[in-house]
Amino acid sequence: MTLTGNSNAASVSFENVTKIYGTDVRAVNDISVDIAAGTLVTLLGPSGCGKTTTLRLIAGLEMSTGGTIRIGDKDVTKLPATDRDVSMVFQSYALFPHMTVMENVSYGLKFSGFSKNETRERAAAGLELVGLADYGTRLPSELSGGQQQRVAVARALVLEPQVLLFDEPLSNLDAKLRRQVREEIREIQQKLGLTVVYVTHDQEEALAVSDRIIVMNNAVVAQDGTPRELYDAPANRFVADFIGEANILTCEVASVIADRAQVRLGDYVADLPSRGIESGSALLAVRPNRVIVGEAGMEKSIPGEILRFTYVGNHLELTVSTEHGQIFATSTDVDAEYTPGDAVGVTFASKGPVLLRD
Amino acid sequence: MVKPARQRKTAQSTLLMWLIVGWAGFCLVPWYGVEDGFFGFEWLSWGYLFDTDTAPALFLVLQGEKLWLAPLILFLAGPFFSFGRSRDDPAYAKILIICGALGFGWLIAQGFAIGIRGWQFAWIEALAGPLGDRQFGMGYGGLLVASAFLFVFTQGIAARGAINGDIFVVGAIGFVIAIVTVFVFYPILSMLASAFITQDNSYSVGVFFEKFTDRRLWGLACLSGGRCGAAWNSLVLAILVGALTTILGLIFALVVTRTGFRFKRGLRAMTVLPIITPPFVIGLAIILLFGLSGSVTQFVADLFGIAPTRWIYGLPGILIAQLLAFTPIAFLVLIGVVEGVSPSMEEAAQTLRASKWETFRTVSLPLMRPGLANAFLLGFIESMADFGNPLVLGGNFDVLSTEIFFAIVGAQYDQGRAAVLALVLLAFTLGAFYAQRFWLGKKSYTTMTGKGDSGVHPQLPKRLAMPVFTIAGIWTIFTLTIYVMIIYGSFVELWGVNNALTFKHYLTAFSVKFGEHGIHWTGSAWDSFWTTLQIAAISAPLTAAVGLVTAYLLTRQNFAGKSAFEFGTMLSFAIPGTVIGVSYILAFNVPPIEITGTGVILVVSFIFRNMPVGVRAGIASMSQLDKSLDESSLTLGANSWQTFLNVILPLLKPAILAALVYSFVRAMTAISAVIFLVSAQYNMATSYIIGRVENNDYGLAIAYSTTLIIVMLIAVGLLQILVGRTNVGRRLGQSRTNVQANG
Repeated sequence: MTLTGNSNAASVSFENVTKIYGTDVRAVNDISVDIAAGTLVTLLGPSGCGKTTTLRLIAGLEMSTGGTIRIGDKDVTKLPATDRDVSMVFQSYALFPHMTVMENVSYGLKFSGFSKNETRERAAAGLELVGLADYGTRLPSELSGGQQQRVAVARALVLEPQVLLFDEPLSNLDAKLRRQVREEIREIQQKLGLTVVYVTHDQEEALAVSDRIIVMNNAVVAQDGTPRELYDAPANRFVADFIGEANILTCEVASVIADRAQVRLGDYVADLPSRGIESGSALLAVRPNRVIVGEAGMEKSIPGEILRFTYVGNHLELTVSTEHGQIFATSTDVDAEYTPGDAVGVTFASKGPVLLRD
Repeated sequence: MVKPARQRKTAQSTLLMWLIVGWAGFCLVPWYGVEDGFFGFEWLSWGYLFDTDTAPALFLVLQGEKLWLAPLILFLAGPFFSFGRSRDDPAYAKILIICGALGFGWLIAQGFAIGIRGWQFAWIEALAGPLGDRQFGMGYGGLLVASAFLFVFTQGIAARGAINGDIFVVGAIGFVIAIVTVFVFYPILSMLASAFITQDNSYSVGVFFEKFTDRRLWGLACLSGGRCGAAWNSLVLAILVGALTTILGLIFALVVTRTGFRFKRGLRAMTVLPIITPPFVIGLAIILLFGLSGSVTQFVADLFGIAPTRWIYGLPGILIAQLLAFTPIAFLVLIGVVEGVSPSMEEAAQTLRASKWETFRTVSLPLMRPGLANAFLLGFIESMADFGNPLVLGGNFDVLSTEIFFAIVGAQYDQGRAAVLALVLLAFTLGAFYAQRFWLGKKSYTTMTGKGDSGVHPQLPKRLAMPVFTIAGIWTIFTLTIYVMIIYGSFVELWGVNNALTFKHYLTAFSVKFGEHGIHWTGSAWDSFWTTLQIAAISAPLTAAVGLVTAYLLTRQNFAGKSAFEFGTMLSFAIPGTVIGVSYILAFNVPPIEITGTGVILVVSFIFRNMPVGVRAGIASMSQLDKSLDESSLTLGANSWQTFLNVILPLLKPAILAALVYSFVRAMTAISAVIFLVSAQYNMATSYIIGRVENNDYGLAIAYSTTLIIVMLIAVGLLQILVGRTNVGRRLGQSRTNVQANG
């Protein structure tokens, strides 16, 4: 028997969910989100933004203070973890150290009313899927970190849950392994059509694996969209800064005509989508790779002076001091040589700069 | 999915099980306590159903007797109306809560209202007229029905949504609250009440003050050459013992952790000895050394021509004996704390240019404060509660624990005085308990972080190392001498008079004859020996179970009133055994719970005396198990009971072992509570030995004690094999996080 498409995968919806710890600590503040069945959605945000609490609310490990949580069509707001059809992969893996790998993977099956034979077959199939078929008799402590991680995934997968949750699953792995495991997780998710909710604070990881990303900050949703939407059209200053780096500069919107804004920043002028912003002062977010550093006096450029210059192998990192503040840029022209103090001109690629509300 | 349906089925079948238990208690087993004790089953003959002494409640009611039991039928039948209803239906919870609460309440009310002489309270008699009937303490039937009501009630509470509707957790909380109330708070309160009872059975505050202000309690005549009151004596002794054991314990802990001392394992093993030694044995050995005919006394007398005196009897003797007995306890507390001080903090201090001595004084020592406070508190309470050593060595130095004993068993037989003395004793220990909390305040002493701590503890500074080694060395030699004396003394004919070696004492105590009917246990000690083993073996697993479940609730669950709950379960830790003993005989001598003179009262007293240690051991090891282990088990579909059974318990084997060993050993060596609770039928080894000591039969007493020490060594070894180890492989790294070293 092998694990194939998961007919159980279900949607998750939050309606005005709030979680208050103690009397006044709002960990999650009036959140409403919908997660479609069969998608991988990432909760992304800095420490303490409420993303892990949100995940635990889905799992039933925390009970919401207000609002409604649905999995599929069912209201699960008051159901404890045991009774929800959800399984979770923990940051620490939480493998039971006194049980073998096989016993760990069979653990949940044992409590779900499967026969002994079926339990064994499913557990074996789960281990097969993560490539650990021969490791069933080992103890978790006899596996490497990456292998332990896969056991934790197999243990959660074999239950064919309606929703599979990951709580920063890669944070205990080294950088190389991280890339490999996250690709494996994505592959399994797509192969089995699972609904996966994934928590991370690593924006690169989030961009790489997700169908959709929900960025959280201060217990509320900052933005909810596809990776490209978040990267190319951040909704606010926080998202722009958190997802990839961005230079945030104060600019002047001269006029707005038919959703196009005439933007001025010193000598730099551009015609950009207005995104609902009226004329007056606004913010301009520019990714470092959209910044062009050229000769001083270049057309439509802001004059500046090289402050720092770093060679990091596949690109250059430049910090340019201008009268509008420091601008951080990356350049793929690795053969260029600069010395601090060089006068340069800075301008931006035609596609890339995004207007944000001040 | 099938899971929610399955969950409902579990709740339903648990309810059914408790209802069956309740009905069985009502219809099948004797309602009242039977003559031959809890563990005797001689009533199991055919006539028992109709004999009023052993009949189940149902048969009593059907015969028209004890009609006040009849309403219980209603409350036992009520929960059946919840069957077929959904668990989310508010009526389901309501039925269970009402039936459970009223049933339990009725059971308690009738138990207190009707006693051996009919109505217990005059006003009920005035209201309802004379009863003309009476009842004794409840037995199996009462126990089963009470548990059934309790758990029906908790299931009702769970169904209303408490603790996420978890029937196991709510049930466990209810259970612990119920037993702590019955066996800790109720006896203390009855003792408090009896301190106000006058000769003619009425209550009076005057009586309390008269006994409380007694000169024998608070007198200060010793400052002018007379005898001081027992309260002052106890207090001074306890403070001295607390302070000195803490210092000695710290010295040993420093030797083991911060010097190149080579025999660390030997030192650790030696500290186990006093714990498995009945407390008064050390007192006996001191008499053998320093008493009138003691070896040291005789030697010094011969050498310097000084007439032997009785200087050892009184404060010096008790102090030395208690220091020997309780220093290892302080050591065990402090070794954990001294090891727990994170080496990186000390290393940080050194890199900040503090010398070794300055580091020790400004960083290491302050971080050990909680440990020092705990060690002092333990020494203080142990000294207050110690009964054996003052009895053996006290002389004219009266202390509270022995005074309480003589108030109860002596010619004066004054329960009120015993209660007042016990209250003073309790006030001292609780006072120390609070003083400790106050002193520690809210400062954080957490020194272990979750991050790997690879540093090593610095060696002791030189100016500290020398005195520490000297004191530790002298004390070690002294302790060893004491133990050699104990073993040697058990083979000596009559100490100081006839020093010939003999097996006489062992033969008197433990002789065995092989007759035609098999083995005859002819030795005089066998009776109490078997009783002790039996009681210890029964109470140890129960203590461990109650302690670990409580620890689980305290570390893993959040519920309203948790801190009050913690206080209640830790309270019996601050209650000296003597107080437990007095309060138990005052509370459990009369219905509804009438268990004095049985083995049950011994078992129960051990459970609640030793439970706090089980709780502490459980909390310590459970806080090392990452909570994500429980959580992953829950998200994988196991309920909290299955999680407790499959995940937590197997990982707690060291804590289980510690709790088992400790409660077993304490049950075998305890004397302070036991001395009040033993009876002719259930005599314990320690009280038998004390009896021999009072008859000046030291040889036999010491021989018996030596045997006990050896038996306990064997038992500890066997337990270690029995509990076994949980194989978790080389590393536990990924599942262990913060080890809290505070408190």
